[in-house]
Amino acid sequence: MTAGAAPTLSVTLRVWRQAGPGAPGRFVDYPARDLSPHMSFLEMLDVVNDGLTLRGEEPIAFAHDCREGICGTCSLVINGKPHGPNRGVASCQTYLRSFRDGDVIVVEPFRARPFPVVKDLVTDRAAFDRIQQAGGFITARTGSAPEANALPVPKADADLAMDAAQCIGCGACVAACKNASAMLFVAAKVSHLGLLPQGQAERDRRVLAMVETMDGQGFGGCVNQYECSAACPKLISHDFIARLNRDYRQAVLRAAFQPAASEASGGA
Amino acid sequence: MVQLDAKTPAGPLPEKWRRHKTQIRLVNPANKRKYEIIVVGAGRAGASAASSLAELGYKVKCFVFHDSPRRAHSIAAQGGINAAKNYQNDGDSVYRLFYDTIKGGDYRSREANVHRLAEVSVDIIDQCVAQGVPFAREYGGLLANRSFGGAQVSRTFYARGQTGQQLLLGAYSALSRQVAAGAVQLFTEAEMLDLVVSGGHAKGIVVRHLVTGEIVRHAGDAVVLATGGYGNVFDLTTYARGSNATAIWRAYRRGACFANPCYTQIHPTCIPVSGDYQSKLTLMSESLRNDGRIWVPKKKEDARKAPADIPEADRDYFLERIYPSFGNLCPRDVASRAAKRMCDEGRGVGETGLSVYLDFADAIRRLGEAGVRERYGNLFDIYHEITAENAYRTPMRIYPAVHYTMGGLWVDYNLMSNLPGLFVLGEANFADQGANRLGASALMQGLADGYFVIPYTIGDYLATQAPGSRPAPDGPEFRQAEENVRAVTARLLALKGRETVGHFHRRLGRIMWQHCGMARNRAGLEQALREIPALREEFWQNLNVPGSGDTLNQSLERAGRVADFLELGELMCRDALAREESCGGHFREEHQYPDGECKRDDVNFAHVAAWEHRGEGQAPLRHVEPLVYESVKMSVRNYK
Repeated sequence: MTAGAAPTLSVTLRVWRQAGPGAPGRFVDYPARDLSPHMSFLEMLDVVNDGLTLRGEEPIAFAHDCREGICGTCSLVINGKPHGPNRGVASCQTYLRSFRDGDVIVVEPFRARPFPVVKDLVTDRAAFDRIQQAGGFITARTGSAPEANALPVPKADADLAMDAAQCIGCGACVAACKNASAMLFVAAKVSHLGLLPQGQAERDRRVLAMVETMDGQGFGGCVNQYECSAACPKLISHDFIARLNRDYRQAVLRAAFQPAASEASGGA
Repeated sequence: MVQLDAKTPAGPLPEKWRRHKTQIRLVNPANKRKYEIIVVGAGRAGASAASSLAELGYKVKCFVFHDSPRRAHSIAAQGGINAAKNYQNDGDSVYRLFYDTIKGGDYRSREANVHRLAEVSVDIIDQCVAQGVPFAREYGGLLANRSFGGAQVSRTFYARGQTGQQLLLGAYSALSRQVAAGAVQLFTEAEMLDLVVSGGHAKGIVVRHLVTGEIVRHAGDAVVLATGGYGNVFDLTTYARGSNATAIWRAYRRGACFANPCYTQIHPTCIPVSGDYQSKLTLMSESLRNDGRIWVPKKKEDARKAPADIPEADRDYFLERIYPSFGNLCPRDVASRAAKRMCDEGRGVGETGLSVYLDFADAIRRLGEAGVRERYGNLFDIYHEITAENAYRTPMRIYPAVHYTMGGLWVDYNLMSNLPGLFVLGEANFADQGANRLGASALMQGLADGYFVIPYTIGDYLATQAPGSRPAPDGPEFRQAEENVRAVTARLLALKGRETVGHFHRRLGRIMWQHCGMARNRAGLEQALREIPALREEFWQNLNVPGSGDTLNQSLERAGRVADFLELGELMCRDALAREESCGGHFREEHQYPDGECKRDDVNFAHVAAWEHRGEGQAPLRHVEPLVYESVKMSVRNYK
């Protein structure tokens, strides 16, 4: 498994460099030579950055943390594809064995207006947090929870909720969409909580608030091409977008036709 | 002179926490909003604490260095969370979970803390289910359990191989709700670089905004650190690259004692190192040990052969051989050391000789490939992504890697450090895991501290602080702390030497792994204590941090963290040298039984060692808190 006598590869990285949010950006070529195919894509950037540092140049800023595909921090567009050439993995789980000797590899940040570039390959994805804050929760004050097994959840529902809940909040769905839609992200959270009995009380309020915030943050609508699911490192299904649409319609209708319950006044 | 009073409540063990809760001071609801609490970190402990404290009516400021609180490394925990629910009717109880955790920690944790942990474990599951955490379920709709790392009952709750992710996202959702309600003010990309101690109490922090470089002082009535473990001192670990010790280390430098720094956990089932460029080791959940069998060749000369060419009779299933009753499920420290012994004997496999096989052939015969895929599919996928090998066809290769730190800032029963007003939660404190942590206990402890301990115990401190008595963030202590942060940042940027920060981190990691890793001895530790200060000196002369301090500068961030690791690593070696015994994750070669097992010294070392910083160039002072066992009898851990 070690490099040793194993074949190596050399590539040219064409990297987006941008000093700050307002600054103009441009592509700069960096050679990366004699790399082990077992090296991860981010480890290659580490090596390139060490070289830049020693030459007195500023290293390439890129977002990363867990390097095992679960924290959602890494966010590269590699050769035009968010998270690179392989299905169902994040940028950090992309290995050089996916490339050939002599390749020119274009590396860009996620591009979408709601994700402004911070520096080089790093973008600001706080818009996702704002969508979560609008309604991506079940209100369960600490200490107020009933006994966990008091409310059985059919296994099929729990499994489907888990499929949706796997979202790592990376934003590849947005970067992959030509309309910069965040609907797969919102659909995943709305479906996860809406599939569970605990999530019913706030189901309508949740979907209305999250969709409104999603629109307010500047994300576009779904154009039904499902690039989002294809780019998703957890392969979250676009079926959840249909569920989001259904939930949203129901909530809008219920809000329009059901008389609002009169607000109870405070205690005497 | 530091006084270490654990403040363990009186009374019989099962009554202590209940009684304590009825006796500690309360804060009037109308007064709660007058207190501001600073919470640093928003992983499982920080997010659960910040949201729960805000729900009580306190004003909370929560600081994270990530771009979002959802990125904390709690997210990567795979296997599960323990709770004494006894849903499987297999004889589990609060006492058994307590006992297993104390024993697993090799009798080096605090009895009363661990019992409380076992008590509140059942509340955690209720809380998380109410938040919508999609735990695995049975067909009847009830919660499923599995047995996990060293337990003989099935008490582990899990969400596929992503339990940590789901529990963190549950806490994150509760935190998000409080942010929307205006009860929590969230500061992202804000790294705590100093603690402000005013009048002997922790009353504030200084943070640097990682994107703008702005340095800001914040005052609070109390400071809660939930900043995780310090394992990245070893460089190559299963931790996230950003995980660091800076917050707790700078609190240590301000007077908080650091307890048992040498207790580190080496996890047995990680994907082995493959090259010098490597930045990260990936854990394979130890749930794999439920069905996988660990072996090496019996003969050294077979170590280079392909596994398929080694006949059954020539394989040594060493964990099953040495520990017949626990077999492949023995605790992490025991399994890791056994793997190391096999490799030391020259029977390790792979090109480096530093790995052992984890074989699923028997499980596939028993359950079918589909059955194995159903249980572990995502782990086999991870293994394939990293190694390009198909573990359904050929055994996985694994080797131990640094995974968790049981040591941390010293805290009393209320989770308050020796600095009044400074509370420490989760992996950042030391109290509950002893010298070794059992599987599925970290998620339990972080959430216990955040949801069910700190909301009660912080009131006991705040009730002694008059509402509105919090200092303004412009007093001399605040200004001095800010100047300190500015000076360190400027010094790092001005060095302009010839080596990268990664270079120094790798060298420190090698020293630590070699001399303060799975096995330690006096000569090695003394050597490390010579090498680390020399490396630190070189760091402060020859480091190159490019760029400036007023923009996103990832080299600068890492340089500050590695500077702290270069000090912490020395303290770890000092602690390991002073602890003349073997216990849990701390294995001193001089102290072992003839069969290579840990030899504890309960007469001289049944205590917590808490180190006090005494200033630059001065040796730290080792304080001792005796561990008193009222209920449990200390015995030799036996997994045979």
